[in-house]
Amino acid sequence: MFDFALYHAWLIPLLPALAFLVIGLGTRQDKKKSAIIGITAIGASFLLSLGVVGAVLTKRLVMAAPFVMKTVWAHIGGMDLGMGVLIDSLTAMMLVVVTTVALMVNIYSVGYMEHDPGMGRFFAFLSLFAASMLGLVISLNFLQMYIFWEGVGLCSYLLIGFYYYKISAREAAKKAFITTRIGDFGMLLGILLIQITFGTMDFIELKTLVPQYIWISGTSFLTVIGLLLFIGPIGKSGQFPLHVWLPDAMEGPTPVSALIHAATMVVAGVYLIGRAYFIFAELPIVMNVIAWLGGFTAFFAATIAVTQRPFKRILAYSTISQLGYMMLALGVGSLTASMFHLMTHAFFKALMFLCAGAVIEAMHEEADIFKMGGLRHRMPVTFKCMTIGVAAIAGLPPFAGFFSKDAILAAAAEVSFPLYLLASVTAFMTAFYMSRLLFVAFFGEVRDDCPAQETNAFMRWPLVVLAVLSVISGAWGHFAGFGDWVFYGVHEEEAINWAIAGSSIVLSLVAMWLAYQIYVEKRWSSFQIARRLGVLYDLSYHAYYIDEIYAFIRELAVDKLGRLALWIDTHVVDGVVHGLGRLAKGVGAVLALPQNGDVQRYVAIFYTGVVALVAYSLFYAVKILSVTGGAF
Amino acid sequence: MDFWAISIEIAITVLMLLTLLVDLLLPKDSDRRAVAFITVIGLVSVFVFSLGQYHLSPSETFYMGLFIADNYSLFFKQLFILGMIFVVLFSLEYAHKFIRYRGEFYSILLSSLLGMCVMASANDFITLFVGLELMTISFYILVGFRMDKAASGEAAVKYLLVGSGSTAVMLYGISLIYGATGSLDFLTICRNIHLFYAAGLAGVVLIMAGFFFKLSAIPFHMWAPDVYQGAPTPVTALLAMSSKAAGLAVFMRVLYVAFPILGTYWMTLLAAASALSMIGGNLMAMKQKDVKRMLAYSSIAQAGYMMAAMASADYAGIKAVMFYATLYLFANVGAFAVLSVVEEERGGTTHAHITGLSEASPMLAAVMTISLVSMAGVPPTAGFAGKIYIFTAAVDYGYVWLAFVGFVMSMMSIYYYLLVVRAMYRDLEPQEEDSARPIVPNFSVRVTALLSAAATLVVGVWPDFLARATNFASQTFMR
Repeated sequence: MFDFALYHAWLIPLLPALAFLVIGLGTRQDKKKSAIIGITAIGASFLLSLGVVGAVLTKRLVMAAPFVMKTVWAHIGGMDLGMGVLIDSLTAMMLVVVTTVALMVNIYSVGYMEHDPGMGRFFAFLSLFAASMLGLVISLNFLQMYIFWEGVGLCSYLLIGFYYYKISAREAAKKAFITTRIGDFGMLLGILLIQITFGTMDFIELKTLVPQYIWISGTSFLTVIGLLLFIGPIGKSGQFPLHVWLPDAMEGPTPVSALIHAATMVVAGVYLIGRAYFIFAELPIVMNVIAWLGGFTAFFAATIAVTQRPFKRILAYSTISQLGYMMLALGVGSLTASMFHLMTHAFFKALMFLCAGAVIEAMHEEADIFKMGGLRHRMPVTFKCMTIGVAAIAGLPPFAGFFSKDAILAAAAEVSFPLYLLASVTAFMTAFYMSRLLFVAFFGEVRDDCPAQETNAFMRWPLVVLAVLSVISGAWGHFAGFGDWVFYGVHEEEAINWAIAGSSIVLSLVAMWLAYQIYVEKRWSSFQIARRLGVLYDLSYHAYYIDEIYAFIRELAVDKLGRLALWIDTHVVDGVVHGLGRLAKGVGAVLALPQNGDVQRYVAIFYTGVVALVAYSLFYAVKILSVTGGAF
Repeated sequence: MDFWAISIEIAITVLMLLTLLVDLLLPKDSDRRAVAFITVIGLVSVFVFSLGQYHLSPSETFYMGLFIADNYSLFFKQLFILGMIFVVLFSLEYAHKFIRYRGEFYSILLSSLLGMCVMASANDFITLFVGLELMTISFYILVGFRMDKAASGEAAVKYLLVGSGSTAVMLYGISLIYGATGSLDFLTICRNIHLFYAAGLAGVVLIMAGFFFKLSAIPFHMWAPDVYQGAPTPVTALLAMSSKAAGLAVFMRVLYVAFPILGTYWMTLLAAASALSMIGGNLMAMKQKDVKRMLAYSSIAQAGYMMAAMASADYAGIKAVMFYATLYLFANVGAFAVLSVVEEERGGTTHAHITGLSEASPMLAAVMTISLVSMAGVPPTAGFAGKIYIFTAAVDYGYVWLAFVGFVMSMMSIYYYLLVVRAMYRDLEPQEEDSARPIVPNFSVRVTALLSAAATLVVGVWPDFLARATNFASQTFMR
């Protein structure tokens, strides 16, 4: 049974890909069939993924001893480009996370997209996304990973722009695509340099080559490669300064935000670093950059989230912040903590996004949390789920976030005190803004014009499942020994450091108490505080004006440059191109002129050619004679 | 006398006679579908049978080495058989509608196939000439097979006139070679130093002129556009793919086996003809309004690409040519299958006739697009992989300029291929509503079109299998 799953792991991405083809080519118009096909495919992938986990556990396929199936995709110029499957504990964990969340989101979407005429198209894209993401997860070389990496980027673009008739959605889709492409370009350079340096892109081969290379030539050049590779994750995983696309990506349907922009695609960057950890772990400079950039992003995004008003935007900044956490954990050398947090975060953040979808739909597309209020009376299930999500992200025991966040804090404390401090402050702010979200939207008085009601069963049950996972996945991971399986190098000890855990619990509780006092008890007016903070509040509310700065830079440099290029293009390049085109057509016409149907002429031209060839042969014969002097 | 070596040819001959016989036995007023089915079934069994003939042992010869059955020839024979199966399948309706003497049509198709197979195995100038003439004369007849269309007869006469000229030139070349070396056997000629005398050198170019004519390389291409346009569409397809591939197969054997010592001499000519064909073919195709005529010019350019690979006379080049010939066959089957349906339904093949095909039959439009895009060499179709192999082979041998010409010209070719695609997919004007009337191709056309498009995509995404097959076939070539 487990063997079957392991040897057929290639089916896991293939099934959703087939679903995409069937829905896209066939049943697009039929909502019900499309949904059934999409859910069946991802459900089957989910079961197979569970089988893969079973195989990993029974065969003990840890990261140092993976299972590989490989086929040659193409030979080009003596280079073998492989495609295939690499299964180890990391892959298995990712497979389960991705298929679980994808399955839940698929089911949820049946309810959410019910009235949308584009539901078939939606399921087609979701299936394509699942296929690309799962293909990325099982990649065994950088090339395969890059292909699927672009695949998930494409799906993200398609799904953000799903409501293509809305200008904002189109713009957001473009922004997301272009911004992540900037990162992808750096990563592509890194991959090419790897191919040039090592002559292979295969993870398994690189794993043996990298230490030898470092032993011989040191880490200087490899550091450049590492930094280039890291640019990809900066874009994809929304790290500063390429995080700007992620808040705007909330223009897409909410299930998409939950699946792609919270749980799976955005962690692809983290996963990439984890997969190529044998390179990164050897490069202290790169590790420092990752840790500090991650820590800074975590802190920076949290400061923005504190003042935002739209429901999903808060969650988006919180996602950026949590991704920063994962990067931080990778940077301080704890693959285990990072991947553990990746898993728990996927569950509780998807849960919160799905709650957001339920709330926003119930509120008839009203996203501002200050226009909500008292929703706990109207939507009890959603409220309970959201509370679990908040407790999880705030790091309260025994919820999932507690264990993973504690692991990260402990890992950071071991390496660098400033980083630990940064992470703790971030944790404090996280607890604050998430409680703010919960209290403002769900507590207080019910407004008179509030249309909200509990949602339908399709949307409710996935919430419950994810809520259960948000409660147990942390404790389960901790006590069942997540670190025994997903680890790099030496196996890590993972007893809870109660000094760190205790202080983080206290900080979270204080933050929640503060939020309660401000937003429920109204002991202090949030207005007053905002006014008191003045510039700081403005900066945070406008996300440090980074979009505006980018726009300014663009106007200053890119637009001017663009106008110059446009001028050159219209007056010089176009002139040349049109000229060349006209020349080509003209030459073609002239060449075709003799083609008048007159067969005598055809024969004449034929014999002209023959005469030319014979002339050449005579010329050659004379040349030979002159060389050999006729003796030959 | 090892008859096993010519078993494929024997089988095709028997099949040809059988079709003639069945044609005579059938009642006068019956449609000749039965003959077509016998042809297809027979060819499929020959194809399957031929799969078992690949060998690792030394190649077999027949009749004192006049005829050689090696993996290389086998690969090409299978290509011809496959092409013929496809053509017969997609032309069922076409033949029913436009061809008056259908029974003979299939017999002559088979005789042209026999000629091609003999060419692929020719190891001697006499065998070569017999095969070549068998194929060419069959084609003279096939081109004129549409009694209802004056252009068809005109094309046949033109082809005959210019073709006879080319045959005469080639025969003269062969006689000069015989005069210089005293032999017609490739393996004897190749060691003969007398090739370096004027007679030998002149003989080589005259033979090459004959092949250039077959490949419609510039400046020996003048016949091609008129003949392609006038001929019945299935025959045009055969002219573009099989006749050309047969010419290439034997051309490579002549150059590599009989004249290797003159390598530097003929390589220059080959490169020049290749460059001229790539440039001229692509440029002239741009202004064409008739898709069949456009494909004629494009086939000139395609021959140019394949000659570019030939100019690098090594395994990589042979492999690239075989790879390209195969994918070009698939692309042609797709394009001409669609064109034959369009011609049946709408009476012509100009841009105006294919307008709105995406509405009339999305499947045909898609197949056409895939086929044309493959000819243009855009990924993920097979044409892209094929062009990579060709230009890699050329660059490896040092013909960077030739590869560069190829790059630029194949880039320009996208323009006229996509013009066709645009015509099929653009929005219709109100007065063109007629063009949206659905076209329902029959089963065999659908199967052929989809198979060819699928093959184009599969080879494009996963070129490895075909690359290995061509590798295998090309490496046993000179053993």
